[in-house]
Amino acid sequence: MPTGPRASPDKAGDMTLTTAPEVSPIAPGPSARFGIIVRRMMRRPLAVAGVTVILIVVAAAVLAPLISPYSPSDQMFDGLTIEGSPLPPSAKYLLGTDLLGRDLLSRLIYGARTSLIVGVVANGIAVSIGTLIGVTAGFFGGVISALLMRFTDLMMAFPALLLAIVLAALFHPSLWIVAMVIAMVNWVQIARVIYTETRSLAEREFVVAEWSIGAGRIRILFRHILPHLLPTVLVYGTLGIATTVLLEATLSFLGVGVQPPTPSWGNIINENQTYFTTAPWLVFFPGAAIILLALGFNVVGDALREILDPTQKGRY
Amino acid sequence: MATYLVRRLLQSILILIGVSLVTFFLLYIVPADPARQIAGRSATPEVVENVRKELGLDLPFYQRYLRYADHLVRGDLGRSYLQKSRVSELIASRLPATLLLMVGAIFCELTIGLTMGLLAAVWRGSRIDQALMVMSFIGVSAPQFVVGIILLYIFGVYLGWLPIGGYGHFANLILPSVTLGILGAGWYSRMMRSSMIDVLREDYVRTARAKGMAPATVIVRHALPNAILPIVAMIGIDIGYFMSGIVVVESVFGWPGIGQLAWQAIQRVDIPIIMGVTLVSALAIVLGNLLADLITPMIDPRIKLR
Repeated sequence: MPTGPRASPDKAGDMTLTTAPEVSPIAPGPSARFGIIVRRMMRRPLAVAGVTVILIVVAAAVLAPLISPYSPSDQMFDGLTIEGSPLPPSAKYLLGTDLLGRDLLSRLIYGARTSLIVGVVANGIAVSIGTLIGVTAGFFGGVISALLMRFTDLMMAFPALLLAIVLAALFHPSLWIVAMVIAMVNWVQIARVIYTETRSLAEREFVVAEWSIGAGRIRILFRHILPHLLPTVLVYGTLGIATTVLLEATLSFLGVGVQPPTPSWGNIINENQTYFTTAPWLVFFPGAAIILLALGFNVVGDALREILDPTQKGRY
Repeated sequence: MATYLVRRLLQSILILIGVSLVTFFLLYIVPADPARQIAGRSATPEVVENVRKELGLDLPFYQRYLRYADHLVRGDLGRSYLQKSRVSELIASRLPATLLLMVGAIFCELTIGLTMGLLAAVWRGSRIDQALMVMSFIGVSAPQFVVGIILLYIFGVYLGWLPIGGYGHFANLILPSVTLGILGAGWYSRMMRSSMIDVLREDYVRTARAKGMAPATVIVRHALPNAILPIVAMIGIDIGYFMSGIVVVESVFGWPGIGQLAWQAIQRVDIPIIMGVTLVSALAIVLGNLLADLITPMIDPRIKLR
């Protein structure tokens, strides 16, 4: 289905909102879908704001060496007061300096890299594992399905954060260990969602019809099941980045995540928290950065859910 | 009902056995060495080896697990490596503080979340609705340590209304409860809003309005009780989120609960305590989910247990 972005008028897309949750036997081409998503997204001020925040953070992370006013690890000779305390925001150091006299803005800009790398890598792994397990269990059934889903139930009974902290602390924490640990605790939710979704898709008329005309398992899986799972993967993939960003920040705040001197928004707060009564900006600015980025992904993920899943329309 | 309960309880026991096995395995493969930690930094290799033998850390994995499981079925969680006291006693002494914190958090998330959701549903589509929903998004996007530190700064340091830490008075409970409850408040406000919107569309609400009942009375007497019920069942599921949150919240506020106990144990590689807290948390999560599943059909008789 090689359809361009304009091939499917938006109106036709909107009509599915008022009728039953229709799923076409063959999902529209990716470019057509993308066009619809972008146009509907533009109508939601909150989603536009979310996308803007994400783009700003991505730009900051990519262009960090160009836009950051100082090096994130340079201890400025005039970066501390005579008594040795951090400087408040000023024209020279826009967001002030930290306890070692480093420019906070530069550290935040480089910290965006950490958040995004962990967010994308960890969540990418979690979504891949979750989708693989969910589809396998949902589509093939049998003993493998039962085993996989019981294992998923088991993982649901773990206090996720406690498990992540234990693992991150007892392996020697680094950026990649943190990403792996987060992926290990975060795949469970998406596996369950994909499993349920696959099960219900497998019972739909168009799939049953395919079986009846003698289509093979592989064909049904790749041509009918997987394309229809894409919206779910996209929604939970986006929301999952928010969860991942928060988890990375929390682990780094506790000192078991990304290790200094590599700046991460969480470890910046950890390093400076002893100063928070006298220099609250050292907690407020990185805290605001974490909240804004997570908020961006949550808002965009939620908008995607409403756009891609007509049955949920108006419920939230 | 009875067979359902028996089956669910058996499942829960299996899950707990699985959790103990997985946790034990994960703690077995981590590179941190508890024997070295106990013996101290300056200990000679012989001393470290002796400690390892003494604790049975030199045994193969399955022997160690069987030994642990053997104690576990008798309710014995072992002894702390460093404090030498029983893990079950340590947890029991910390549990009341954690339960108190959770009760406070449930109270906060319900009052904040349900009020926000109710107002948003009543003024659906208005500016108030939009503002409330943005707030609920912020609630689910704010990490608990940031919320905790900012609340501490505003109410503890800047305004000076509430104590910065400590335990034992009602005032000590407020900030940790709000911090732990804000995430749930964000979710509840969204659920309450959608639940309330559904209920406001029901025939009996229209009938009540048609009879000429005051709008506020319709909402409080007819809509509210029905909108709240499906949400009450979710409290059991919250326990899982709380069990994760307490580690952070208790360490920010210095709250003497099992979250802090776990955090201290993690830093000292005190494996029996880590095992114990994980198992107690998993037990709480499993029971919470079971509770949620049992409450749902009581609230809505259309739902049958299978």
